[in-house]
Amino acid sequence: MLRRPFFWIIALVIAIFALAPAIGNDVQMRESLLLAAVYITLASNLNLMLGYAGYVNFGSIVFFGLGGYICVYFVSAQNWPLAAGMLAAGIAVSALAFLFGLGVLRLRGAFFALSTIGINEAVQAFVSNFEPWGGSSGIYLSAEVFQPLGGPGQALWIIYFLIVGVMGLSLFLSYAIKTSKVGLGLLAIGQNEDAAAILGVPTPFYKALAYSASAFLPAIAGGLYFFKSAFIQPSDAFDLSLSTEAMVITMLGGQGTVTGVALGAYLYEELRGFLLTSEAFSHFQLVIAGVLLLITVLFFPSGLMGWIYSRFPRTQRVLE
Amino acid sequence: MGLTLIWGVMDVVNLTHGTVIVAGMFALYLLTTALNVPPYLALPPVLVGGFLFGVLLYWIAVHRMIGRPPLMSLLSTFAVNLVLIGAGTGLWGTVLFNVAVSLPGVSVERYTFPGTHIIAAVLTAAIAGCLYVFLHRTRLGKAVRAVANNREAAELVGIPTTRVLSLAFGLGVALAGVSGLLIATLFPFTVLSGDGYQLKSFVVTVLGGLGNPTGALLGGIALGLVEGLVTPFVPVSWTLVIEFMLFVAVLIVFPGGVFAAAGLTRRRARVVRRGAL
Repeated sequence: MLRRPFFWIIALVIAIFALAPAIGNDVQMRESLLLAAVYITLASNLNLMLGYAGYVNFGSIVFFGLGGYICVYFVSAQNWPLAAGMLAAGIAVSALAFLFGLGVLRLRGAFFALSTIGINEAVQAFVSNFEPWGGSSGIYLSAEVFQPLGGPGQALWIIYFLIVGVMGLSLFLSYAIKTSKVGLGLLAIGQNEDAAAILGVPTPFYKALAYSASAFLPAIAGGLYFFKSAFIQPSDAFDLSLSTEAMVITMLGGQGTVTGVALGAYLYEELRGFLLTSEAFSHFQLVIAGVLLLITVLFFPSGLMGWIYSRFPRTQRVLE
Repeated sequence: MGLTLIWGVMDVVNLTHGTVIVAGMFALYLLTTALNVPPYLALPPVLVGGFLFGVLLYWIAVHRMIGRPPLMSLLSTFAVNLVLIGAGTGLWGTVLFNVAVSLPGVSVERYTFPGTHIIAAVLTAAIAGCLYVFLHRTRLGKAVRAVANNREAAELVGIPTTRVLSLAFGLGVALAGVSGLLIATLFPFTVLSGDGYQLKSFVVTVLGGLGNPTGALLGGIALGLVEGLVTPFVPVSWTLVIEFMLFVAVLIVFPGGVFAAAGLTRRRARVVRRGAL
């Protein structure tokens, strides 16, 4: 794997993300890149289900929110260090997703897509009524939790580097899965699930595996994100529009590709930043996202990478 | 019912359903407040407008998706939904709207049935009846069912499938708009209240069996009963969760729909299974 050029491209991207804001101590750039890193994490993990296995997961945000809750809860109520809370979030959400996946992934196509919305609703309703997690008013973190990391100022930088790390791991994970036997099996499922099963692909297990893998890093990212904002409540944690955006990004960049999704996430973040600050469009950000998605789905089903591949065929050998 | 029609006939899951329901609510709100139309007279314009909107939607978002993987139509209707929701929240925000409709209620012993509820129930039953007659007794309705059953075969015997499909889609959207109008006479609403109704519609659809309007009516009644039975025992925010669990359980146990499985409509269930699943 170390010999593949693509491995080094990912490493380069991570280095740029980590160093660019750090050199000039540029906080504004850090915040915008942080959001881009969160988008890349969410979208590339969504891509494991959507792009590889062809299963639409409308509720991918549930991993992010639940991870956030678990991490914030352990850090605030149990006084765990951040690293432990993060890992607990990742492992717990991943295990839950595996169990859920074995059941819900028996549904196919549209039925699965609808039940993912249901999962998100169900978890949100559960959390809103769960008193140890503050019910519908959520959990606030006091400023003291930042002390072990060297005060709020330094803590924000540490969190940023950690999120960039999670983003890098997501890209490597997408790449590793794509070049592995499991990835081949998932792509076969995406093409024709019955044929894949007949050819000996253990479809239920692979699907649950992909579902569970796509939960791990978003859960950690959620933990870091909500730790950073020091506040979590159900309507923020399980906000469907974020998973919608992840879907737009995946389709825009090119489903099933690693580069495309990362590229799509970065471009979308820039576009969003532009729209939010402009007078005319600030209320119509979802409209723009919808129009983009519609145009992509109708006319360019293979996304940005599809266009790049057909325009420059040689890139296919380097960019996954 | 609108959903089951589109889903069963076209094999397209219409994710704009919830938003169209809300559009129906807003149509009622605008017609009653701006033009002072009496609420129930708003029904015909909503029906016609919904139909035209549905046909437009079909040509924009769905036509290119027919015969492509279901994932694509799911995403394209989802995109349209995003546009509508975005425009709605941009224009009206997410505040609560209310249409005041006052009708004398009917009292039976200790219980009082509000007039709006009675009219809504009667109108729903009437619409279901019309739809049944349309699908089973008219040439056009039979064409719709033929396309649902087997699109290629329908094309071979000379049915203009594209026109039938756009008609079915328009009809489905019109029905969603009307149901939104009726709901708006009962409960207050926001731009975002479509999601809950959409989930309910999907549960009703799978309860009744795909593409089966009679089943949808029974499924709707069943869901209403379940909600009524459950509400005294659990907090309101849990009802969606229970409905969702019902949805998954039904899909796994009775893939053809509960009422189809019970043998109420065995012949139609076979049709649905072959044609749509």
